[in-house]
Amino acid sequence: MGSLFRSEEVTLSQLFLQSEAAYACVSELGELGLVQFRDLNPDVNVFQRKFVNEVRRCDEMERKLRFLEKEIRKDGIPMLDTGDNPDAPAPREMIDLEATFEKLDNEMKEVNANAEALKRNYLELTELKHILRKTQSFFEEVSDRSGRREESIGLLGEESMYGVGGSQRLGFVAGVIHRERIPAFERMLWRACRGNVFLKQAEIDTPLEDPVTGDQVMKSVFIIFFQGDQLKSRAKKICEGFRATLYPCPETAPERREMAIGVMTRIEDLNTVLGQTQDHRHRVLVAAAKNIKVWFIKVCKIKAIYHTLNMFNLDVTQKCLIGECWCPVKDLDKIQMALRRGTERSGSSVPSILNRMATKQAPPTYHRTNKFTDAFQSIVDAYGVASYREVNPAPFTIISFPFMFSCMFGDMGHGLLVSLFALWMVVKEKQLMANKTDNEIWNIFFGGRYVILLMGLFSIYSGFMYNDIFSKSFNIFGSAWLVPTSRYNKTNIHKTPDFVLDPAHGDYSGNPYPAGLDPAWQLATNKITFLNSYKMKISVTFGVGQMFFGVCLSVFNHRYFRKPLNIFCEFIPEIIFMTCIFVYLIVLIFYKWIAYDAATPCAPSLLIHFINMFLFSYVKEPCSSAVFYSGQVRFQTFLLLLALACVPWMLLVKPFLLRQEHLGKIKLGGDTEPLSVRSGDIMGDGGESSHQELFDFGDIFVHQAIHTIEYCLGCVSHTASYLRLWALSLAHAELSEVLWSMVFRIGTTMDGFSGCVVIFLVFMPWAVLTVGILLLMEGLSAFLHTIRLHWVEFQSKFYHGEGYLFEPFSFEKIIDTKVDE
Amino acid sequence: MAIPICGPKLSLCCLIISVWGVVMLGLLGVFFRIQSPALAEDIPINKDEWAQTQYQYSYIVEKYNQNSTNCFVAAGAYVGVFAISFIMWRVNKRADYTMS
Repeated sequence: MGSLFRSEEVTLSQLFLQSEAAYACVSELGELGLVQFRDLNPDVNVFQRKFVNEVRRCDEMERKLRFLEKEIRKDGIPMLDTGDNPDAPAPREMIDLEATFEKLDNEMKEVNANAEALKRNYLELTELKHILRKTQSFFEEVSDRSGRREESIGLLGEESMYGVGGSQRLGFVAGVIHRERIPAFERMLWRACRGNVFLKQAEIDTPLEDPVTGDQVMKSVFIIFFQGDQLKSRAKKICEGFRATLYPCPETAPERREMAIGVMTRIEDLNTVLGQTQDHRHRVLVAAAKNIKVWFIKVCKIKAIYHTLNMFNLDVTQKCLIGECWCPVKDLDKIQMALRRGTERSGSSVPSILNRMATKQAPPTYHRTNKFTDAFQSIVDAYGVASYREVNPAPFTIISFPFMFSCMFGDMGHGLLVSLFALWMVVKEKQLMANKTDNEIWNIFFGGRYVILLMGLFSIYSGFMYNDIFSKSFNIFGSAWLVPTSRYNKTNIHKTPDFVLDPAHGDYSGNPYPAGLDPAWQLATNKITFLNSYKMKISVTFGVGQMFFGVCLSVFNHRYFRKPLNIFCEFIPEIIFMTCIFVYLIVLIFYKWIAYDAATPCAPSLLIHFINMFLFSYVKEPCSSAVFYSGQVRFQTFLLLLALACVPWMLLVKPFLLRQEHLGKIKLGGDTEPLSVRSGDIMGDGGESSHQELFDFGDIFVHQAIHTIEYCLGCVSHTASYLRLWALSLAHAELSEVLWSMVFRIGTTMDGFSGCVVIFLVFMPWAVLTVGILLLMEGLSAFLHTIRLHWVEFQSKFYHGEGYLFEPFSFEKIIDTKVDE
Repeated sequence: MAIPICGPKLSLCCLIISVWGVVMLGLLGVFFRIQSPALAEDIPINKDEWAQTQYQYSYIVEKYNQNSTNCFVAAGAYVGVFAISFIMWRVNKRADYTMS
């Protein structure tokens, strides 16, 4: 049997690594990715472990790298992802790395600090520049006005000198404030100074950059005129409170002009210095960006290795590290080779030892999958990871999953669209895989691309069988239905809206349509009635087939785990029970299909017969409920009684046999002798020594009762559950027909040549609705129902799913998840 | 260089739909031309008009042909949509390329 039929054989092994070789060996194992380490000191605190310091140093390095990455992102420098995978560096290289990162980190911090200081300086100067420029206009206005006043006063006479003298003593402060604070600031000034100050403000048009956060902020220049020192100190206090920056502003125009010139030259100088700082920063970051991905991987590997080494036990002599790990038996050679490589690389003379151990613990479940089987395996694992070495439903799911899906999604057109989409994903696989996204929905679709491809192809097949393409039919082989011109001709064509094509009257050629549904049904008014009956029977047939197969698979489990009792007390009665009731029903379905045609006067109604079989009632009227083969009453009674007999067989035999065996053991005085594994219930070598005390008849009996009830009721409800194949298929076909007749037909039934415009306009909504409703929504619902059919109806017959996954220590996986984060 | 009218997603969407439209409407045109009975419910038959022609078969054929032509014209229009969206797509792709 292929490796997917059962999980790999996994064994517990002990690893003895020389202290000096341990690092290299674990690094080799990480590259290999086939070993799952067990934590040997689970109750030891993280901080008490041996390699805490190293892990912490790695954390520190990671922090620095993240800081660098952030800075690189900020500057929009592309990070080179060459995709190469460097080996884990040797421990002594770690110091070099640390030094490099330390240097880079310091340099970055210094550059940032310098840049910030320069920027602050620059901001101050720009603000000052704006103040000088804006206040210029304020002062001009004031001097204008005062000049005019002087003139007017001068006309009046001597008093004029007072006015000028008064204005001379006006003091002022100038500054810059956030624009949104202006209204509050103004009100505050007014209230606190009782209206005795004069505030003038102007907006700075260009936004200024905040040196710390790098945000763009809008600011305003203001100038406050006041009289007297008290008001001055008050105004200054308020300015402080509103975080306005005050700048000294000379009082006379020439001084101001001089200052402005000085400020301009300083700004220019600063600009060149800032540019140089930026250049330097850019150079450093570009150099770092080349290596940053590789550094990340290196640090990640070092950290992973030390983290793993922390799970090891220290030997008494401190010379050697002891670890335990699960590893697949098939790959033991590869692991030995990796260990040898690691030992050689570290230059240690003593080889590392891998020693297989016996254990009572159930090993992890490891299915070796490839990119094709992976998606199917994960569908199964999502329900429950298989118990160790249990029959794995995944290989059967590969066919049955797309098939069941296609029963509900049968349409050639829709199947074609789905498979084209999946085919695109499969063909462009490498490209799409390279540009990783964290778009969850896309990742789900992409991960399941092979599932989707198969679902699409199977849907094309089912669509061919249902003869459905966008709710239309193809007449490939020529319909088997004939319209005899003797009865239907031009004279009576308009009299009767519906013609009955009666096979009994020779309207049927006798040779059925070779494959799929006859296209004549597409125009028939009783199409749905016919299809319902056909699809219901088909779904029950497929359902019972799948369940029967599931029950048969349980034999492989019973045989593998050496539980013959389960075969005789569970499998056989289960098979008989199902055969007597449901396989019989399917035989009847096929019998009815073969033996009855239009010529036979009365066909049996299978549903009524099936119900009557349980009621033991056999009636003569109507003719569809009358017995239709000789000995039917006796045969059906026999089947039903046989099925009923299976119930106590399943329920009682196993618990009592187990009890008897147990009592026998006690009588023999074999108190210390363990119960034989043949007695079932325990798996393999698990818990032999303590098993005798665990024997609890009540427990076993209740367990068996639950199993029996679940199976018998399950058979009935699960068979009914398979009718969802019919129900969803009906819904899908009807929806697609409705979409065609409600949307597309608007275009085609438009008389005249204006129809082409309408067809053009109508096609697009039709296409969008087809994709949105029929492909996405219907596809999703069919997918979910298929999952349910597999998880509940199929797997409940044989699958326990009580295992746990084999999660090997692998650098590849660790780095992948890191990138995803 | 042309200015993109629609964004990269819209142009790709139009591109796919127009390819689908060309293929599907072209095929529909062919099927109308060969008077596929599966499309009998999709032709604009006016019962009274048909009665006036004494239920001539040629009336039905004419309607089929007319629908077929309509479909071909619509398919042609989708060729136009395809061309436009293809150009848009290329423009967007180039813009995307120069940006990154």
